[in-house]
Amino acid sequence: MSPAAPTQAPAPFGAPSGPTVRTVTDAFHGDLLEVSMGPQHPSTHGVFRMDVTLDGEVIVKLKPVFGYLHRNHEKIAENTSYLASMPYTDRLDYLCSMSTNWAYALAVEKLAGQAVPDRAQYLRIILAELTRIVNHACLVGFLFNDLGTSFTPLLYAFREREKIIDLFEALSGSRMMCNYQRFGGCRIDPSPEWLAAASRLVDNFPRFLDEYERMLTGNEILLARTQGVGRLKAANAINAGITGPVLRAAGVNYDLRKVDAYGFYSRFDFRVPLGEHGDTYDRYMMRILEMRESVKILQQAFRDLPTGPIMDPKAKIRGFRPKAGEAYGRLESPKGELGFYLLSDGTPNPYRYRVRPPSLINLTLLEEMCLGHTVADAVVILGSIDIVLGEVDR
Amino acid sequence: MLGSGILKGLAVTAKNFAGSFYDPERMATVQYPEERAPLGEHYRSFPLLVCENAADPLGTLRCVACTICEKECPPQCIYIEKSKDKKPDATGKPQLYPVIFTIDTAVCMGCGICAELCPFDSIKMDKVFEVTATNRFTGLLLERDQLAKSNAYYHSIRPAEAAEVDARLAAERLAAEEKAKAAALAKAAAAAAKAAAAPPTTPPSAA
Repeated sequence: MSPAAPTQAPAPFGAPSGPTVRTVTDAFHGDLLEVSMGPQHPSTHGVFRMDVTLDGEVIVKLKPVFGYLHRNHEKIAENTSYLASMPYTDRLDYLCSMSTNWAYALAVEKLAGQAVPDRAQYLRIILAELTRIVNHACLVGFLFNDLGTSFTPLLYAFREREKIIDLFEALSGSRMMCNYQRFGGCRIDPSPEWLAAASRLVDNFPRFLDEYERMLTGNEILLARTQGVGRLKAANAINAGITGPVLRAAGVNYDLRKVDAYGFYSRFDFRVPLGEHGDTYDRYMMRILEMRESVKILQQAFRDLPTGPIMDPKAKIRGFRPKAGEAYGRLESPKGELGFYLLSDGTPNPYRYRVRPPSLINLTLLEEMCLGHTVADAVVILGSIDIVLGEVDR
Repeated sequence: MLGSGILKGLAVTAKNFAGSFYDPERMATVQYPEERAPLGEHYRSFPLLVCENAADPLGTLRCVACTICEKECPPQCIYIEKSKDKKPDATGKPQLYPVIFTIDTAVCMGCGICAELCPFDSIKMDKVFEVTATNRFTGLLLERDQLAKSNAYYHSIRPAEAAEVDARLAAERLAAEEKAKAAALAKAAAAAAKAAAAPPTTPPSAA
């Protein structure tokens, strides 16, 4: 069965748009229905639109449409100082601002050749792993919302997320827009009480995960709705440049924490969970297992956290202008490879500033994953890819 | 058995429901207007301008209108106009002062970069988060006299940071005074030396 070509000519650009639902006649299969899902659809995790062509309830064609949340992030960054872009990076992936901050700081430090003190490196790992837990807890919560379990798993996940977000607020001053990392270190040194509270939270987290899994992992409805749905072949995923848990669910062992060993990740003992089938269930399990590995990393980090300065004493906050050159800093954000490419011409502003957003690149194979499944499955598949529109559209 | 997973899940839900009445781990919310969760030491909302004396807020602003915050503000929500004349600041040194200092809190994203970059410890982050306005054009546009808050208020919202700032400013003031004293002494000594060196040359010319 091949997707039928629409018999109507597409309306010229700027023409008044007709109804969003129209029928396309295919001599072979009868009526195909073209439906525009989004951008206000609650299941699309933001302002994202899918143009789907349906044969009955089965998807025969899907076109992702994005750009509704475009905020000109890259161009704004080219017109402000390096530091002034830092709070804007919070707004890229607004669920994981700590790791987005770190990715940007990593690129600038590479560009300026700045060293980072040991304590700051450990703090960054602690905060990035806490962010990973926040992101994955959100993701599995929303995934179950997409499956139709109205809000109970989501609120349990949000309850745990809220505890971590409170820690972020106590440390950085803001729940989600942390603006915490600086070039050459971190902004605020956590108090011993904060570290004790964070360590206690991390030690209690596996208990919540056990409970969550007891509630959901063996659930028959979950198995029926996710196993074998939205399969992604490893070769295709590699070809499309997909990274993060989506790639690892397809069985490809690629984690920048191991491959690049940025920061001090080489000092930590942890494993990279790998899937086998690349379906939605594997992607869900990948998140649960990664949270467990994050807990392990965090426990080691709290144990080994050294004392000392958190900021490179030579770092300049005012009048920061790196010498001319280029740098690409990347790290394993909870969604995949997040990279910042910077080109400096020696002025206080970057000449070129480019973000490699994992959410956008992971979206590229959405059609392949969704073909042959129903509309309800497309919603779940999209949920399992884990996109944040702030990052997709920038 | 088919359905056992669902029953197990329901048992967890029941446990959570019962636990939400007595287990603090599961009691995640507070009844907001009556109860409030405490704000952390580093919590930030919008900027304020610190002044030394609450009785004369505009006369004792620490701000010297250097416009670093205006230039660095990421969403460009600060507008400053410098004064033409100079007024003595808290240390007695003649300094410029802001004639106009407005912050559009409708645009401000509360990143705190202005407070971080201010070299005069003048602009700091407030902790007020219940902000409403009835006028959407000027209701959230804060003028200089609305932004000026006393040092005592700053101490009340951020005790540790304010104490550190005060200690640093006092040390700077002391150093400035000592430098001025040393300069005055040196000047007096130079004048005395000059006076001592002058007499032998002047009498012959006078004579």
